Amino acid sequence: MDFGQLFTNVLNEMLGPTAIAYALAAIGLNIHFGLTGLINMGQAGFMLLGAYGFAVATVQGAPLWLAFVVAIALSVVFALLLGLPTLKLRGDYLAIVTIAAAEIVRMIGRSTALTDVTGGSEGLTGNAFKHTFQDASPFPDERWTLGPLTLATNTSNSWWLRIVGWTLVLLACLLVWRLIRSPWGRVLKGIREDEDAVRALGKNVYGYKLQALVLGGVFGALGGIVFVLASSVQADSLGRPVTFNTWTILLLGGAATVLGPVLGSLLFWGALVFVRGFLRGIVPADTLSVQQIEQIGWVLVGLTLMALIVFRPQGILGDKKELAINAR
Amino acid sequence: MLALLTALTTLGVAGSAQAATTPCSPDDATACLNVTVTVPGTGPVAGAALTVEGEAGTLEATTDAAGKAAFALTAAGDYTVTVDEGTLPAGTVLKDPAANPATVTVALGRSAGRIVQVVPPGEAGGGATESPTGGATTSPSPGASADADAGAEAEASAEASAGPGTNRYAQLLLAGTVFGVLLALASLGANLIYGTTGLSNFAHGELVTLGGMTAFMAVQWWHLPLWLAIVVATVAGAAAGWLLNTLLFAPLRRRGVGITQQMIVTIGLSLALLSAFLFAFGAQPAPIVSGISQRMQLGPVQISAQSLVSVAVALVVLAAVAFTLARTRLGRATRAVSDNPALAAATGIKVESVISRVWVASAALASLGGVLLALYLNTTRFNFGSTLLLLMFAAITLGGLGSPLGAVLGALVIGLVVELSTLVLPNDMRYASALVILILVLLLRPQGILGRAERIG
Amino acid sequence: MPAKDVVEQARRDLAHVPRVPGVRKPDAVLVADGVRRSFGGVNAVDVEHLEVQKNVITALIGPNGAGKTTFFNLMTGFDKPDTGTWVFDGTPLAGVAASRVAKAGMVRTFQLTKALARMTVLDNMRLGARDQPGEGLFAALVKPLWAAREREITDKAMSLLERFKLDAKKDDFAGSLSGGQRKLLEMARALMSDPALVMLDEPMAGVNPALTQSLLGHITDLRDSGTSVLFVEHDMHMVRHISDWVVVMAQGQVVAEGPPSEVMADQAVIDAYLGAHHDTDLGDDALLDEGGVIDAEAQAEADAELEDTEKAEGTAP
Repeated sequence: MDFGQLFTNVLNEMLGPTAIAYALAAIGLNIHFGLTGLINMGQAGFMLLGAYGFAVATVQGAPLWLAFVVAIALSVVFALLLGLPTLKLRGDYLAIVTIAAAEIVRMIGRSTALTDVTGGSEGLTGNAFKHTFQDASPFPDERWTLGPLTLATNTSNSWWLRIVGWTLVLLACLLVWRLIRSPWGRVLKGIREDEDAVRALGKNVYGYKLQALVLGGVFGALGGIVFVLASSVQADSLGRPVTFNTWTILLLGGAATVLGPVLGSLLFWGALVFVRGFLRGIVPADTLSVQQIEQIGWVLVGLTLMALIVFRPQGILGDKKELAINAR
Repeated sequence: MLALLTALTTLGVAGSAQAATTPCSPDDATACLNVTVTVPGTGPVAGAALTVEGEAGTLEATTDAAGKAAFALTAAGDYTVTVDEGTLPAGTVLKDPAANPATVTVALGRSAGRIVQVVPPGEAGGGATESPTGGATTSPSPGASADADAGAEAEASAEASAGPGTNRYAQLLLAGTVFGVLLALASLGANLIYGTTGLSNFAHGELVTLGGMTAFMAVQWWHLPLWLAIVVATVAGAAAGWLLNTLLFAPLRRRGVGITQQMIVTIGLSLALLSAFLFAFGAQPAPIVSGISQRMQLGPVQISAQSLVSVAVALVVLAAVAFTLARTRLGRATRAVSDNPALAAATGIKVESVISRVWVASAALASLGGVLLALYLNTTRFNFGSTLLLLMFAAITLGGLGSPLGAVLGALVIGLVVELSTLVLPNDMRYASALVILILVLLLRPQGILGRAERIG
Repeated sequence: MPAKDVVEQARRDLAHVPRVPGVRKPDAVLVADGVRRSFGGVNAVDVEHLEVQKNVITALIGPNGAGKTTFFNLMTGFDKPDTGTWVFDGTPLAGVAASRVAKAGMVRTFQLTKALARMTVLDNMRLGARDQPGEGLFAALVKPLWAAREREITDKAMSLLERFKLDAKKDDFAGSLSGGQRKLLEMARALMSDPALVMLDEPMAGVNPALTQSLLGHITDLRDSGTSVLFVEHDMHMVRHISDWVVVMAQGQVVAEGPPSEVMADQAVIDAYLGAHHDTDLGDDALLDEGGVIDAEAQAEADAELEDTEKAEGTAP
């Protein structure tokens, strides 16, 4: 088998838009779960809303900045809609409401009733909404080679998208780094540990939880935008499994750490492509089809998630000492 | 005119691409675009010239005798597919000229398909169908897309569709009630688990699929009679429940793993099982009983014998569970553990043994519910249970977490909402309407319909 | 007037107060009126009138399910009463959210200690401070806006930790502390905001006897430094030892009030605790030998009240 090609594919996937999108979504989920203890099971819903907001606004003629604003505004409204009624309730309710709400967004998005706006289950093709982003690129339209990777500079899965995407990830990490070490982050951690105690100390727990939900949701929306800028907007490509992958990534890297979500995303996608490519290389095609190999990859993802919780719940970057104290 | 000519042109700056009539198989570096040109009702159109233009350059090909042309593309992105109308058979035009050229999005490792319909001039106007992942090489992956969800979500029972001689409202009421009863049976187990251990089991949907798939194998592969298949499926569920608890969740509880962490374990389990089902059974529907069962006219409504039997079985089992919980020693022990595990342990109840039995019962009920739901919906599928998972959660939450009677009521509400919503909403929003109801009820009555007020805040 | 004299003055004032339930006090910090809370038809709390004197230590005692913790929850906004009003330091607090109650200067601790386990002892303390602009989302991004205040908070936290002999543990996770140390931490944390009234829910429960004495000392220190204290306790020895005034609750109502020595000799109190046909004097040390009985009761009540709390908070928004 061609290991050179395999490692090129792995590298390409690790640096690619999917890994970027999931890193951003996991950073958002880290603010929810790692910092505040909120169980958001609908991060894919935030991503999908961001994607729709960006794409539909662009299709309607909005400039690039406005499309971003629309996407972020949608995710903020979504967070408020979900958070205002449920953040006063027990944690399970947020989990059930967020997962249900994300499914609702997906079902509405793919519904035939909205075909004119969202393209129904076929979605919106990339040509319809990528032009403003690609026009903003300072590069000429050609293909550049860097090491083993050769990509278009501007179109779809491009260098330009990777540069913007990783810049977003870097900024997000800086923001989280600053917040995690601030008194604001301290209050969130307190809420994660025991919200009644924090309430008894005079903090408006409800307000803090809302802020966390909104902020994490905005990162989810940004991830959604990066995700669709590399392909197309299709409701079913941002369904429940995306949320579950994001959880795996967060726990793999280490919740409540700054770089955990990024590391998790790199490893998750790199490993998935490696396993698939490797199996394809060593298993004869008449034994297992390409599809079956892909499914084996997903079985492994599920098993990894379980094994992580059982054997290394703090993830790769997590603090073992912190975890030894089983809060509840 | 029928020249079978393969033009191979490569214009990309750095990308290479080839178009051929040989089948294309997608991998990490290749995307496939399969175009089919056909005359509906007549057959494929050979020799139609196609041009595909996009990221990987411009490619040309002519359809083969099966009306197909495959393009292997080395870059993801949007491609325009143009049919040269001059190469179509005499006396035909494109059915939907507005969709030529058409744009198709392809992704590496995936196949995209486009079907172009060609008709006599009088029938033209709309109708080219595009299936982003259609074609023979469809590869639904649970992680990357939920395409196959689309299939299952579109699945509706025959009971919901009113045949001649039925009243639509009455028919939908009946369908909703039947669906609700079956959903109640399938979700009851998840509620028992939640009640005794506090765990929201995200893999419960896969236990439902397990029941459906076991029954499918029993009937279609091993040729067992249906009643025996139902028994086998239930026993398989019970065994799965016992295994899951003994091998996975009991050790986790012993290690003091938190309930949130256990919940994430169930998510991983769900993902692994879902993919394993897809691996084993593929994405196509797996009907337990082939053929459509005879429907009977009862006043203003029709119901199939299959559904009638399903509901009867479900009601008997629900009654048996209710009796067990209320009247037997095991039932009282279960309720005691639900109320307060520490106190139950102090009074001599073997909490772990109760939880183990609850797991067995829960998974058996899920499996049985899966078979009956599959009979009602006419088929199973690898993701059959996972599409129902949220409806089951909704039923449990609506009724009040941890309250078995509430879960039954909640399931009835969900069943009715799902079916009756089709009166005012598009069919594909049926499940969404149930989830909206869930959220609305939670706003007004957070503890659910029957749940007792719980700690909040 | 020095704090010591203030305490003496408050005690002298109390000496002239009649020993009847719901009596008016000369200088009340907390006044509750007609506070009622029922669960499923049973009145868990039914307090007609209660005043808590400023600058002294008031103990709230009573048998199982007397409604003491529920009363705490109501006063501090962790539960909502069916009816009733109460005024703290001139501010009406009925219907006010728990966080605002704390901001108003009435800070509580919990029966089951709520140390924030996966945070350091020092961060636990810092969280108790108020007026930290960096606790706002946007200000948090600009360190200069909150760094100065953070230093003040840290200094204050360290001096409190020294006082409670926890300074050596400042960088340990709170979850690694012993039960008694957590109680101390929780109390110290409550003091970070300089509350006017500290409400301690069973400060002695689960504390190693070796720590009891120092905990008692801290509570009296609190009073002597000008903080009013209201606490729920089952340990009669402790109640007699440090409280200036005792309020007895039974079946949700205030059944007796007075200085500890007098209240514990009160027949109504004995009846409430041990049933009408028991003639053991609560003030008698013989009872302390039967501590096991009371401890068992205390445990049972702890469980019962925990449930109460959970049910009670079910209806809070």
